[in-house]
Amino acid sequence: MKRLIFILILLSGSCYAVDSRQLSDPKQQESYETLTKELRCLVCQNQTIADSNAELASDLRRQVSEMLAQGKSKEEIVQFMTDRYGDFVLYKPAFKGKTLLLWIAPIAFLVIGLIAVLLVIRSKKAKEKLTSDTEALQSDTEKQKKIRSLLDNGEVS
Amino acid sequence: MLKYIIPLVLFIIMAVFLGLGLTLNPSEIPSPFINKPTPNFSAPKLNAPQEKLTPADLKGQVWLFNVWASWCVSCRSEHPVLNDLAKLNAVTIIGLNYKDDPVDAKKWLDTLGNPYNISIMDQEGRIGIDYGVYGVPETFVIDKKGVIRYKQTGPVTVVDLQKTLIPLLDKLQAEPQ
Repeated sequence: MKRLIFILILLSGSCYAVDSRQLSDPKQQESYETLTKELRCLVCQNQTIADSNAELASDLRRQVSEMLAQGKSKEEIVQFMTDRYGDFVLYKPAFKGKTLLLWIAPIAFLVIGLIAVLLVIRSKKAKEKLTSDTEALQSDTEKQKKIRSLLDNGEVS
Repeated sequence: MLKYIIPLVLFIIMAVFLGLGLTLNPSEIPSPFINKPTPNFSAPKLNAPQEKLTPADLKGQVWLFNVWASWCVSCRSEHPVLNDLAKLNAVTIIGLNYKDDPVDAKKWLDTLGNPYNISIMDQEGRIGIDYGVYGVPETFVIDKKGVIRYKQTGPVTVVDLQKTLIPLLDKLQAEPQ
């Protein structure tokens, strides 16, 4: 019973889904859906305007749908938003001087990490080889000693 | 020795970055409007809806554009500060009554005092979008040529007035038209 209530509570979230807008042209509807998923709601910063229930998100959804209905292109709408809210409104910021670090940093860290791993593996391997070599050398000298002592004593048992 | 120095250096670098991160305010978004002309609007006045106000009407004077609403909690803490500023007569204060019910808005001004020379209504939030408003209250400072010179997101405090706004207003008032 408890579990059932819990599941019902989880499901109830979908009752409060945001008021998505419908456009008559399916192509515009598609642009509407991609755009609202790429624009950040500035009030609740970790949600897109498609996800957010905030008033501002709803106003921005209205703005996007109106501009699409007016025949504006996606680029024009993105420009409209960045003119007003800055690059921060974009979940996918443009690739330019100011945002370069944002794009490059993850790749740079990956490369640094890979190099570090390679170096560690290499130094470990070199160490292992050294120890196995010395071991082999040691057992060689022991054998030689035995042979010599056998030859010196002149007896083969 | 190197074994100990490398992690120490890495730790210090990380600590510096994280420390800087702690002092930043992530909800403060740099405004793309600084040193740009004010976006245009033509909006009905709160007290006389048949009359409209446009930024062109305010050319030649320094003005403060304060976004407020009666539903906005932090506007309540900001309001006495604006009342104080209004008493100084240092600047024209224009209010943007953002997504509000005019009845509630008027009641708010009647009870708490009205620091605004004029308040205009933006019931649908369209002027708000044109000004990139995302958190009420917000305050813009506009110079005599109609260029936005400063923006503050969040309530203006007495310290903000003394440290930032009043010196800035003095400077802008001294500029030629």
